[in-house]
Amino acid sequence: MPTYQIKVNGASKTVDVAEDTPVLWVLRDHLDLVGTKYGCGIGQCGSCTIHVDGTAMRSCSLTMTQIDGKSITTIEGLSENGDHPVQQAWKEVDVPQCGYCQAGQIMTASAFLAQNPNPSEEEVKNAMHGNICRCASYTRIKKAVMIASENMD
Amino acid sequence: MSTQNNNLSRRAFLRNSSLAGGGMLIGFNLFQACKPKVISEPAIDLASLDYNDFNAFIKIADNGAVTIFSPNPEVGQGVKTSMPMIIAEELDVAWKDVHVEQGILDTENYTRQVAGGSQSIRFGWDALRQTGAAAKQMLVSAAAAKWGVDPSECSVSEGVISNAAGDTMGYGDVVNEAALLEVPEDVKLKSPKDYKIIGKDAPNVDIDEIITGKPLYGLDYKEEGMVYAAVVRPPAFGHKLVSYDATEAKAMPGVIDVFTIGEKLRGLKEEVPRITNITSDSDKVVVIANSTWEALKAKNAIKVEWEEASKAESTAEHDKILTDLLSGNTFETKRSDGNINKAFAEADEILERTYESPFLPHSCMEPMNFFADVTDEKVRLIGPIQTPEGTAGFVAQMLGRDPKDIHLEMTRIGGGFGRRLYGDFAIEVAEIADKVRKPVKLVFSKEDDMEDGVYRMAIKYRIKAGVKDGKVTAYHLKEAAVNSNMYGLIPNFFPAGAIENYQVDTASYDSNITTGAWRAPYTNFLAYAEQSFFDELAELMEVDKIQLRLDLLDKVKPEEDERIQYSPERMKEVIRVAVEKSGWGKKPDNVYQGFVNYYCHNTHVAEVADVEIENGEAVVKKITCVVDCGIVVNPLGALNQIEGGVLDGVGHSMYGELTFENGRPTATNYDRYRLLRMREAPEVETHLIQNEYSPTGLGEPTLPPAGGAIANAFSAATGNRLYKQPFAKTPELLKAPAKEIIG
Repeated sequence: MPTYQIKVNGASKTVDVAEDTPVLWVLRDHLDLVGTKYGCGIGQCGSCTIHVDGTAMRSCSLTMTQIDGKSITTIEGLSENGDHPVQQAWKEVDVPQCGYCQAGQIMTASAFLAQNPNPSEEEVKNAMHGNICRCASYTRIKKAVMIASENMD
Repeated sequence: MSTQNNNLSRRAFLRNSSLAGGGMLIGFNLFQACKPKVISEPAIDLASLDYNDFNAFIKIADNGAVTIFSPNPEVGQGVKTSMPMIIAEELDVAWKDVHVEQGILDTENYTRQVAGGSQSIRFGWDALRQTGAAAKQMLVSAAAAKWGVDPSECSVSEGVISNAAGDTMGYGDVVNEAALLEVPEDVKLKSPKDYKIIGKDAPNVDIDEIITGKPLYGLDYKEEGMVYAAVVRPPAFGHKLVSYDATEAKAMPGVIDVFTIGEKLRGLKEEVPRITNITSDSDKVVVIANSTWEALKAKNAIKVEWEEASKAESTAEHDKILTDLLSGNTFETKRSDGNINKAFAEADEILERTYESPFLPHSCMEPMNFFADVTDEKVRLIGPIQTPEGTAGFVAQMLGRDPKDIHLEMTRIGGGFGRRLYGDFAIEVAEIADKVRKPVKLVFSKEDDMEDGVYRMAIKYRIKAGVKDGKVTAYHLKEAAVNSNMYGLIPNFFPAGAIENYQVDTASYDSNITTGAWRAPYTNFLAYAEQSFFDELAELMEVDKIQLRLDLLDKVKPEEDERIQYSPERMKEVIRVAVEKSGWGKKPDNVYQGFVNYYCHNTHVAEVADVEIENGEAVVKKITCVVDCGIVVNPLGALNQIEGGVLDGVGHSMYGELTFENGRPTATNYDRYRLLRMREAPEVETHLIQNEYSPTGLGEPTLPPAGGAIANAFSAATGNRLYKQPFAKTPELLKAPAKEIIG
């Protein structure tokens, strides 16, 4: 099996996996970073969202070759102490119900706000539309993203 | 409501033990009648305490730290926060000083460790308060003895006991002495006006772990030496395994073994016929591998031959069968008042409508999974399950083990909605683990989840009402459903008791497609059918839609019929508040409203949907929701449940549908199965009725009214009545009417 050198949350990692192994499963099974969630495996739900060089991407649909030489950030590495403005806003609003999709929601929101720090409510809804929350905590997600955008100023 | 509890103490307590290393453990049995007993434990270090020996308890350390174990599964409904809040309130400690942990399955110390039916808080309310209050009384008695004063001279605030002289002592200072006292017979519970924790917002106790991605869920669980299992399942309901060829799969990297299971499950099904509807009879092919991906990939490389052992069914057939059932005469009568036939014969006007709903998958975000480790000594099961006790019992029975050998731990659950009431996945992994004899985690792919579900069944309702002299004199509800029918008190919900001649009849068709409970079983669709019908009935009678409901509620006398558990008075109050808060009848011309009031899961709810026309199409903009669930333990969590329930109701009414062709679902993942997403989620405005009734649950009751509220609002906006879910499937009915041409 090929060996890959990847950079995850600032640390260099070496993994031996089959080349078609989705990054999602490398993170979860090989690197013990289980905060990135398996939801659908086909890029439809957003639970597995990570940052690749700062851009939100679906780790279930990425192969190791595609992230070669790139810098990966997962929910575990979004901030040192869980105090990224988006995480703090999630806490302030108390967003989660079951909580399973929330890492993906936070990763989508944080990448979006890095690109667009002062979004309108419509822009927030569009940005978060790709992430399913089966518990439908959508009103709180929207509110938390707006609060995070204010606190990032 | 009684706040003075006088007879629960004996049965609420089971065990009380002193830990010489520092600490007090109080076990509480929620409902079983058990004699309290005091057990002295040998000296042990609290940190090294084996908690498996003490399952359900409050733990107070020497330093005053409090750990409260939450007994019921946490499926997103918030009980891991709210149940310990109830104990902490009566224990009189500061909520910020409380650490909460998930209790494990413990049939000796807990009862009803179930997440289902919106019942955790309702059933736990008395026992949880009793537990906290009795512990507090024991601590106070111990402190009073040390001081040589009467306990009545002492008071408690946030875990600190004071006496009349002004001396103070922390709970940690007296915990060892307190633990040796007899559990009190009578304890005084607080008056709601003295609550410091109940009724105040408390964030989710797992919030920090969730937002930083810590392992919490079943799918996150792993341990040394664990292997992964993926299962090749029948491609269609009714299919059975004939043979398989795993040559290619076995040669793939990471694959450890391939074998079949099914024999033990079939043995269990012979003994427990009621699980027949939730599992296939076929053998299944299991892949054991070193990682999830290797297991999932290898299962696709196995060549399998199947046979159609029983008929592969389709949605078109179900439609015909249910329609025929509605027109047939194979009904079972669930409630009958007066004489509907006579009343219909004498009626001035009759309205009859049929409402149709599809199958629904549960679509939990966390696919089904479970961990098992079967050894000669014990069977360890770890994972997301709504019914730990029942599932552990099935596993013990299937493997021929003593129930005491089964150790089950609940992880946080990534969505249940009823799917995880059925422990089929835990039973399956137990059969696998029994064969591999290694710690093993079973993982469903999303496709496995959707294709091998325990779905909400398709149902059709036919409702008929008779009107005479401006009054509703007859009401007949007929249900035709796949596999099973409405149960319990549902046939006695509104309008039972309000209409003199009333009858509920049910009929079902036995399908080989596995079906079961789905969030707010039956009412999740019935509420829409019934409340759409009443809207249309009011139009026929040319009376005000809300006044018709209020007039009917005036006739209900629950005191004369114990089967009627809804309160007309509480229902009228949620209606009154909903009318006021939604601006009912006072909205601008471009806002069309739909009204629903409903009672289920012991909770009274009214919802008003606001629909507007955008680009020629009716769009749901807002739902105003009024809820009477009695005392609200945690308003922050309650509002989350309420909003989630409302939006779940909107989403599934709009988009939810799983159809079958040749015995298999036509959608297998979210690319072809639509769930509500952010842009489609309307605003939800919630109002809670303030009262001191004992609390009920919130996991389900706000879902059923939502579909009816939006259907009625769509009708107001478009003039079209909606008789079939999902609504988005008939976009032509959601279009604005052509403008009238004047002149």
